[in-house]
This record gives sequence, C-alpha cells and structure tokens, in this order.
Amino acid sequence: MTAPELTRVPGVLVDVSALVGRGLRRSVRSVDALITAIVLPVLMLLAFVYVFGGAIETGTRYLTYVVPGIVLICAAFGSASTGVGVNQDMTTGMIARLRSLPVLGSAVLVGHIVASVARNLVSTAIVVAVSVLLGFRPTASVLDWVALLGVLALLMSGISALSAAFGLLVSNAEAAGAFSFVVLFLPYVSSAFVPPETMPDFLQGFARNQPMTPLVETIRGLLVGGPVSGWAPAALAWAAGFLVVGVVASGVLFRRNGSR
Amino acid sequence: MAYTPYMAYTVELESLTKRFGDVAVLDGVDLRVERGSVAALLGPNGAGKTTAVKVLSTLLRPDGGRAVVAGHDVVSAPAAVRRSISLTGQYAAVDEMLTGRENLILMGRLRHLTGASARARADELLDRFELTAAGRRRVSTYSGGMARRLDIALSLVVEPRVLFLDEPTTGLDPRSRRDVWGSIAELAAAGVTVLLTTQYLEEADRLADQITVLHGGRVAAEGTAEQLKARIGGETAQLFLADTDVLASALMLLARNAVGAREDAETLSVHVPTDGSASAVRDLLGLLHAEGVEVRRLALHRPTLDEVFLALTEQAPAMAVIR
Repeated sequence: MTAPELTRVPGVLVDVSALVGRGLRRSVRSVDALITAIVLPVLMLLAFVYVFGGAIETGTRYLTYVVPGIVLICAAFGSASTGVGVNQDMTTGMIARLRSLPVLGSAVLVGHIVASVARNLVSTAIVVAVSVLLGFRPTASVLDWVALLGVLALLMSGISALSAAFGLLVSNAEAAGAFSFVVLFLPYVSSAFVPPETMPDFLQGFARNQPMTPLVETIRGLLVGGPVSGWAPAALAWAAGFLVVGVVASGVLFRRNGSR
Repeated sequence: MAYTPYMAYTVELESLTKRFGDVAVLDGVDLRVERGSVAALLGPNGAGKTTAVKVLSTLLRPDGGRAVVAGHDVVSAPAAVRRSISLTGQYAAVDEMLTGRENLILMGRLRHLTGASARARADELLDRFELTAAGRRRVSTYSGGMARRLDIALSLVVEPRVLFLDEPTTGLDPRSRRDVWGSIAELAAAGVTVLLTTQYLEEADRLADQITVLHGGRVAAEGTAEQLKARIGGETAQLFLADTDVLASALMLLARNAVGAREDAETLSVHVPTDGSASAVRDLLGLLHAEGVEVRRLALHRPTLDEVFLALTEQAPAMAVIR
C-alpha cells in the first residue's frame, strides 16, 4: 500500500466538503427526482394559467399573479424531499458507518442540506425561465434578484433541515416522502394561487397567518413589484425559524439514533 | 508504549451489559481477542451479536462492564477507538448512486487523505478486491457479492487495527460468500485483527481462530471449532438395516460385544461411535457379517458446528458455560 498522505486542511472542512460533494453527485444523478422537481411545478403552472386561471379574478394577469406561487412551490417541494435521502442513509447503515469514523457525523446532514439548496436553486431557475417563455415579465431589479436568491436559499435550507429531521424521525423512506405532501399542500391555503379575501372566513385567518403567505408575498413583491417590506420580516422569520428548528431537531434526533 | 501482557488483546470485554428497556441484550459478556487473530461471535438472531459490535465500535454506550478496543476504552475514549477501527455493518453501507471508485475516494477523504492519496488508494483497493472493471460503474449495478466486497474495501481505506464485520455474508449466494471469505482470510493473513459476527457455523469454522457462541446475551461457549465439536462427542457410523428383525439382532449382537449403540427406529438404523478409521469400520462390519447380520448401507457422521450450536442453544445458557 502507498503511504497514505494526510491532508492539512482542517478535518471538519474536509468532512463537510466531501459530503457536500457526494450530495451534489447524487443530485445530478437523481434524474427522475430532478425532473419531478421541475416538471411538477411547470405542470401546475400550466394548469393554473390555462385551466383555472380564466376563472380566477386577481386584479392582474393571472400568469403574473401565480408565478410567485409556483416559484414558492418549486422551492419548498423540492427541498422537502431531502429527508428521503437522509432516511436512506440511516436505513442502509451509511450513517452508522460515518459515526464509527473519526468524522463529524452531522457533516452528512450538512451535505444533504447544501446539495438540496443547490439542486433547488437550479430547478427554480428553470421554472422561472419556463414562465418567462410563457409570457411572465418580472420587473425585478438586480438588487431584487439578489434578495430573491437570498430568501429562496434561506427557505430551501430551512425546509431541507426540517425534512432532514423528519427523515431521521421516521422509519422508512416512504414515510419520509410524506413530508413533501404537507409542503405541497400548504401553499393552496395561502395567497399563492388566489387572494385570501376570496376564501371563507375560517380559512382566511389561517391563510393570512401561515408561513406560505408572507413568503409568497415577499417573492411576489421582489419579482413583480409590490409591498415587500410589510411581508419580508415575517417571511424571513419563518424561513429562519424552519432552519433553526430543523437544525436543532436534526441534531437531537441524530444523537438519539446513535444511542439506540 | 511499554509492552504489557494486557496489550496482547486487541479487543477486551469484561462483564459487558447493555439493556434496551427491560431486556438485557448483553448480560455480562466476557470476550478477549488476541492481536492479529480472527474471532467469531456466533449466535442466532437476537443473541446480542450486533449489539456487541455496536458497543465496540462506539455506536452504543454500554450500561455496565468494560469494553477496550486497541487499548482505548469505548466509553472514555471513543474518538481514539474510532481512529483504530473500521466497521462493516450488517447491510452494505455503500452509496448506490456513486460508483465503486467514488465510494472509496469519499471514504478516503473522510479519513482525511489528500485527494491524490485517496484516489491512489481507491485504485489499489479496487484491484485487491477484483473490482477494477466495475470501479467506474454505479454500485446500484453491482451484484450482492460485489457490493459486499466494496463494503469491506471501504473499511480498509486506512488499514484499521481492528476490523468489525457484522454478518459479512448474510444474504449472499454461495459463490459470493466464498469470495468474501477469501478476502477476509487475506486480511487476517496480513495481520489485521478481525471480529466478525455470523449465524453461519461454516463461516465461523472456516475463518475464525476463536469462536464465541452467544445465546440470549450471554456467552454459551467458547473455544476453537475443534474444541466445540469435541464437546458433543466424536464421530459415529450409522448402519442401515433391512427391517426391524435385523435391527433387533444387530442391537443384541452389538450389546453382547460391549459396543455402545443407539437405535434409530425411524430410519431402521443404529449409530455406533467410531474413530472413523477404515480398520475400525471394517472390524465393525466384519463382526456383524460373521453373525449373519447384513448392513445395507453405511454413513459416517462427524459432528458439525450446527449440531454443537443446536446442542448449546437448546440448553439454558447458564448451564452450558464452559471455561
């Protein structure tokens, strides 16, 4: 055997970068997952614009109204599948093997989350491009785009972290996939597709106060203009909250799984 | 470090206990594995084999007793233990979406090799485990045996002082099993201390210098394969006879000649202890033939570890303990 040469880069950085690299490779190779992450939002966009859109009164072109909602769905739904990979790592023994190494074990979670953010930024960009092809005309300035990127990246990290925690909590990959449905459903009862004023009273309260409404309004404001400052604090607080809760819960569950 | 007799053991367990709720999965297990030897933990499902490996590889904290691996206590110095060991768990812990080579390089990076060193080591191991041709294919296309060999190769990216293999051949076809055995035997020959768990007696017999039979969280027996086999007696010759009358005369004749025999009425046969030599068998057959008792067929039985295993695990664990 050749004498193994040890790297001088600090261990934690090596662990994280190696596992992020692994996550990115997996993302690029999960062609079907990537297609789902792009095709599903595009199909929803088409259905909402051409099937339901004519009947929905939003005070503006429906395409202009709905694209921010589709962007939110794309970002959130794509991130929500993170837990499936985490769960697979747990059930296949990958995490056990990593834990038996002198490696920062939670680096594997960081790898999954960072790869998820990168993957979903790409699929969201593709969905935005498709909507432009369909006639969507964003009015965002360069600064708005940068802010949008930041909001989406924070949201994707938050939902990915929550999903990772869920993946550690449940016993199999199918159950881990269920998190996606929650995330897919929430935007319906928000201002993503229809103005909440059109909903019955009991739903309006929920719609206005659930996380998706401030998030979609912030995305809408940045993309096509509108009151951003009113919604942004709540949107950022929710996204950051997801991240904090997700990271803490993942950490606790990760340790718990080790001592079982 | 000064040499002490204590250091001769690479793995040392002293009355180790681990409970899950009310169940004592490990109930006072003692075990010593000499440096450079292959030890097998043998037992049925639920005997505590995997739990023992998890404690030794720092994945689980023991509730009582002591576990020392490569000179480090698993509770007080888990990081030092992790630097000395490699674990190949019960299911192939390989990333199916990566190629075999990428899996090895990833492991090399996680062992903090430089990129170049990790790649070189990956190619060496692919060659050693006869996976070079498949090295650039995704693991999802591998057979069970190939995935398992890769799994073991992953444990050797940095040669460990102790290698834990948890049921390394469970679920493999006989040919793949042989390949994996070959790999393990080579490692042992190269001086790596190996602790493997298995429910296959043949596997323990083939690979291990020392076998510890676990049953219900306790050590039911330990020793070499030969020692364990000797515990349930030696070889027997089974003589098949034509009918019950011949069987009865055979039994009478053998009793008269002070040959201990055991009747097996169901198969119309008798079991006679023998040393297995041709002359002993010839004498036995000659004795019967001279008195007109014709033997239709003959089978020689050596006790298998399976019989040892069944004999040991049918008894209450405490009754079977030998030292």
